[in-house]
Amino acid sequence: MSIDILMPALSPTMEEGRLAKWLKHEGDLVTAGDVIAEIETDKATMEVEAADDGRIEAILVPEGTGGVKVNAVIARLSGGTARAADPLRVVAPSPSPLEGEVREGGKPHAPRPESQHGSPVASAPPSLSLPLKGGEDDPTAAAVGATAENARPSGEFVTQTVREALRDAMAEEMRRDPDVFIIGEEVGEYQGAYKVTQGLLDEFGPNRVYDTPITEHGFAGLGVGAALAGLRPIVEFMTWNFAMQAMDQIVNSAAKTRYMSGGQVGVPMVFRGPNGAAARVAAQHSQDFASWFAHVPGLKVVQPYTAADFKGLLKAAIRDPNPVVFLENEILYGTTGEVPKGDDILVPIGKARIAREGTDVTLVSFGIGMRYAEQAAEELAKENIAAEIVDLRSLRPLDIETVIASVKKTGRGVTIEEGWPVASIGAEISARVMEEAFDWLDAPVLRIAGKDVPMPYAANLEKLALPSVAEIVAAVKAVTYR
Amino acid sequence: MSDKAKGALRRVSEPAQASPALAFFDRSAELKAYRDMLLIRRFEERAGQMYGMGLIGGFCHLYIGQEAVVTGLTAAMRPGDQVITAYRDHGHMLATGMDPKGVMAELTGRAAGYSRGKGGSMHMFSVEKAFYGGHGIVGAQVPLGTGIAFANRYRKDGKVCITYFGEGAANQGQVYESFNMAGLWKLPVVYVVENNRYAMGTSAERATAQSDFSRRGASFDIPGEQVDGMDIHAVYDAGKRALDWARSGKGPYILEMLTYRYRGHSMSDPAKYRTREEVDKIRQGRDAIEHVRLRLIENGWASEDDLKAIDAEVRAMVSAAADFAQGAPLPDPSELWTDVLA
Repeated sequence: MSIDILMPALSPTMEEGRLAKWLKHEGDLVTAGDVIAEIETDKATMEVEAADDGRIEAILVPEGTGGVKVNAVIARLSGGTARAADPLRVVAPSPSPLEGEVREGGKPHAPRPESQHGSPVASAPPSLSLPLKGGEDDPTAAAVGATAENARPSGEFVTQTVREALRDAMAEEMRRDPDVFIIGEEVGEYQGAYKVTQGLLDEFGPNRVYDTPITEHGFAGLGVGAALAGLRPIVEFMTWNFAMQAMDQIVNSAAKTRYMSGGQVGVPMVFRGPNGAAARVAAQHSQDFASWFAHVPGLKVVQPYTAADFKGLLKAAIRDPNPVVFLENEILYGTTGEVPKGDDILVPIGKARIAREGTDVTLVSFGIGMRYAEQAAEELAKENIAAEIVDLRSLRPLDIETVIASVKKTGRGVTIEEGWPVASIGAEISARVMEEAFDWLDAPVLRIAGKDVPMPYAANLEKLALPSVAEIVAAVKAVTYR
Repeated sequence: MSDKAKGALRRVSEPAQASPALAFFDRSAELKAYRDMLLIRRFEERAGQMYGMGLIGGFCHLYIGQEAVVTGLTAAMRPGDQVITAYRDHGHMLATGMDPKGVMAELTGRAAGYSRGKGGSMHMFSVEKAFYGGHGIVGAQVPLGTGIAFANRYRKDGKVCITYFGEGAANQGQVYESFNMAGLWKLPVVYVVENNRYAMGTSAERATAQSDFSRRGASFDIPGEQVDGMDIHAVYDAGKRALDWARSGKGPYILEMLTYRYRGHSMSDPAKYRTREEVDKIRQGRDAIEHVRLRLIENGWASEDDLKAIDAEVRAMVSAAADFAQGAPLPDPSELWTDVLA
């Protein structure tokens, strides 16, 4: 009896990796726990351990092979016992609760069946097992980005990941304008901590792509200074959690200088990086800052969801004469979508999109919150509740008109976000709807948000801390009196 | 002023040149220095009076006593070199050639001010004069100035950014983050520590483990000098050396200017942290403007009458600025909503 050894996923966002080295060879006997290979992920080189005893029957992927898809069969072990489903143990970060949806070469997957808690995310797999396989043929697994039919420009499209869309946006704008440069930790030689800047150093050289010391306050301020002098910096924060060190420069220097100078001095720049909860990285690395930045006049703030919007909005942000806070999401980096081709296809900042049309309730969300909203809408459709989804895309300026128009149509609203509930984006939406569409409301606007606690580490607690599809469905039923 | 301040230059690492003689100012340069410093002093005195009359609000930090620092360094700059500083900034603006009327009108919060009345004392800019503010958060201008220098290097335009901060700001972490990057990338920036001995009411000795600020770049291999900031010749001379160093591609340079502010930190200073005698001693013995005045007389380059004429000219200019600033209209209410975004 032989056992397939599969390419493991070692991080939540990994889709493929490089098989760097085989430490065992065909014919070798291995014991569970032996290190048999090294693979390189987008974050590090990791060791792969055998989970079973047996003999290496065949090595199917030679060492040095790049682009090996997660879950591809890389070797075959003979003489195994009953653990075929768990052929490897890996020394790795624990998988994301969402990872079942973002692997396999970036093809988005439908979520696995909901757990007993009704979460949109798969129940967290045992921390050392591999993600389950399957789901890519699921017809409900609409490609991210393909839902925006009403916002879709005509012309040619390319299927790409959010990660690639972001890189292309930067590369195109850097080709277009020599004043655009990127600066941040590991953006150059490392090719980006999350590989978003892959290839930029090779194409543009070290005078356009700057690796910085670990010095967020300093390099954010340096970026603002360069923008004061007329350059167009893209400042990458490895994650927005670290931008707290730089808050003063973002708010006091970048956002306020135009006003304080009576319009004389602008700050044309982009601050970007992953925002919000990743997976199993606990409180200091899992925070959604959307409402923090949305609070600040003088900034523009965007948090896209689809690959097309990531690209079009980043290009618009780079061309914008104002400081733009561009909030990405690590879990979305590997998702794919249809992205229109063309160097000048921008998505305007400040315009929401109707992601799904419906008549019974308006779901308002943005960023990764859209994933919960879309899954909830599918659930609700089964019960003949037609939800309309507004993807805000921009949080400042906020396209409240689109929200109000939708609420006037449906008479009901539910907001969804991963951030904390107090003084949240949902709180703002709720207030604005109350002010501007009170007479159209048939029920109070309800808010679904992350729980009002620091993010816990334990898989079950983390899942509870995040919003869930079940909570959205329950909220919709409450406002529709079902 | 401590003894070490008296024209003595000391360096941490390699000096830019071996044994600098103090700069020679000819008659016209000396007269210009006198006039420029006097303009700052008279302007600040008038601003203080107008604050007392309620015409200027909020915070108002006067530069009186420190005039030689910015005047000497500005004389050493080339056209196009940039300046950025914190909130004790009126002197820097006047030194770059910004119009006293526009500066004073900003202090009174009028539409004709440099920031249309929206910035006030701490927030003024002039792209035309390469003056980049005017920043209210202690130390925050240091990364900004480093970024302006980064832009200079990016464009290879030969400009240098002079980044001023106080000895109090020198204890902020972002200053060292900036030093590190400027040293690493050899950015054309001159860091000027205006050591006026008190960060608000806290003397440097009470706030720092090591009070020789010229050595603060040692960990980053950035050369530094202590300079007598009350002597415009010494300031000019050190400024030339530092600017040449930065412009030649060798990277940043630190100048610690030993200076003194005669007035309080801001207008509401209780003045309990130093004695009247200390202030008087420096005013009477070390005043930068008085030094230049005496030199002009001693050299026979100006008579008392000549200097009175300059004084009258400066007073007239300041009066015109004050009149303008009091007569100028307030911003239109619609200005509340403009200039938030482009």
